[in-house]
Amino acid sequence: MTFAIPISWYLVLSAVLFGLGVIAFVFKRNVITIFMSIELMLNAVNLAFVAFSRAHSQISGAPNLDGLVFVLFVIVVAAAEAAVGLAIVIMLAQNRQSLNVERVNLLKL
Amino acid sequence: MIPFFIFIICAALAVAGAIALIWAREPIHSALALILVMVALAVLYLLLGAPFITAVQIIVYAGAIMVLFVFVIMVLNFGLEERTNFSKLAIPGAILGLALMAEIAHWLWHASIGRALANGPAAQVAEASTRDLSEMLFSKYLFPFEATSILILIAVLGAWVLARKES
Repeated sequence: MTFAIPISWYLVLSAVLFGLGVIAFVFKRNVITIFMSIELMLNAVNLAFVAFSRAHSQISGAPNLDGLVFVLFVIVVAAAEAAVGLAIVIMLAQNRQSLNVERVNLLKL
Repeated sequence: MIPFFIFIICAALAVAGAIALIWAREPIHSALALILVMVALAVLYLLLGAPFITAVQIIVYAGAIMVLFVFVIMVLNFGLEERTNFSKLAIPGAILGLALMAEIAHWLWHASIGRALANGPAAQVAEASTRDLSEMLFSKYLFPFEATSILILIAVLGAWVLARKES
């Protein structure tokens, strides 16, 4: 019996984590946890990038690094997004005394 | 055989952490669950032969970004998350999310690329060295790399403008 893991296991794990991130994004009421579910989705996509990079290295025989470079860029953008997003959260908390997204409804019809 | 069990354990930890993120009512517990997911994913990156990405994941994601999250949660300290009636969109949204997840998982399971083996004796492939990665980053992807530095500069300025006190 062989214990080698196919790439598709990693990809399915990535899909499951992304789906859980979507569910957390829809169900959570706290702005900070909604941000964290976005980070969870970004992590799931990063896993898919690394797995695809590995798969292409397997198929072509030479290391394929494009997916890894993309992961670096995703992490950089996530860091920038967290900085700006958490600044917005702090401003929101100072103005509204609450982190509940249902209280933030100025743009709602 | 050992990579197989490491994969099973880390995948279970990642999914459990994601479920705990949804389940927890304290935002700080959600943050700790997310750190668990990130560390488990870092181990999976190591299994996939990407040690540099593992280091970056631990240092930047589990280190810097999550410390920022925990810091903001501690500073604001609004306690328990209020459970309110969900918006009308939440249930259809969750169903659509589950359907999306099932569809992506089904497609990925049957994709031909997925049959390549990640590790094991049949999966002998040259390790992606950090030197190759950095050479690619500074040659093929030089322009996006420089663009991210401007993006970070703008993000720092934006965070400063948003978070300062109006005087």
